[in-house]
Amino acid sequence: MGGSSPCASCKLLRRRCTKECIFAPYFPSDDPRKFAIVHKVFGASNVSKMLQELPIHQRGDAVSSLVYEANARVRDPVYGCVGAISYLQNQVTQLQMQLAVAQAEILSIQMQPEPSNNNTTLLPSQLLLDQDDNEKFLLLSTSSAENNNNYEFLPQYLSSFASSSSSSSNVFQDSEPLKRESFC
Amino acid sequence: MISGRCAACKNQRRKCPSDCIFSPYFPANDPQRFACVHKIYGGSNVGKMLQEIPPYLRQEAADTLYLEAKCRIDDPIYGCVGIISSLYEQIQNAEIELAKIQTQIAFYKLQTQQQVEAEPNMEVLLSQSSNMGQFEWDNPTIASWFN
Repeated sequence: MGGSSPCASCKLLRRRCTKECIFAPYFPSDDPRKFAIVHKVFGASNVSKMLQELPIHQRGDAVSSLVYEANARVRDPVYGCVGAISYLQNQVTQLQMQLAVAQAEILSIQMQPEPSNNNTTLLPSQLLLDQDDNEKFLLLSTSSAENNNNYEFLPQYLSSFASSSSSSSNVFQDSEPLKRESFC
Repeated sequence: MISGRCAACKNQRRKCPSDCIFSPYFPANDPQRFACVHKIYGGSNVGKMLQEIPPYLRQEAADTLYLEAKCRIDDPIYGCVGIISSLYEQIQNAEIELAKIQTQIAFYKLQTQQQVEAEPNMEVLLSQSSNMGQFEWDNPTIASWFN
């Protein structure tokens, strides 16, 4: 006889585990806690209905996310996963503010007169005219090529920041969250 | 009275008692709210969860259960875990951008500092020269340095 042991869900529910059992591939008998927690929060029949509505190749991910949510709800019965979302949203907002400050700072640095853009030889009269201007010393720098490359480098960051900040930081407006294969 | 039933008791087609645990959080004028949580969690599970929470926190618990249920209905595979995943990625990208820009700022500040340190020498030299790149050794001010 090649009878295999019942899956964790059929053990918990005290029923016969058939080969068509919808839970068996995702709740092996060696991890009874996984099904126990999902059953506690969602209920076995609800989980079964949810899995039946999904194609087979997506059920693994669905089970993983259900286990994650159930664990979060057991750890925090009031806020569950929403507590984590709220915390992460705050982090995103703070980082966006820090980015804005950093970008403003680098823009103000950029706005300062560039010391190395002008490599041309100045006439003595020009030097004398600029004597009271602190910027005159910047004209004598010889590393203009290097600085120009850095200025080309910056707009890439600014444009990427603009595109990332346009994505919603409001959790429930995000219509297409990115997907991960495993969550546990 | 039957007309005073909460959304949960209407959904379950039962009498709504005066101490119904659902009625403060699932009013009759929002039937979809209870329908969502019932579909995902089941009515009895929601009732059990609310009973285990102190009354002053039950409203928030009901709100978060509704939000999670709604996320799960909108995304049956990942639910709100997909949103968490997306937020982690946003945080990671923002941290990388911030580190890059801060490195850039540090580089500029270092450059500026080096220029400022080089300036005093240049200032003295320029103030004493009448021609570009030449020093007038017969200038009394410069000459006095070496006296």
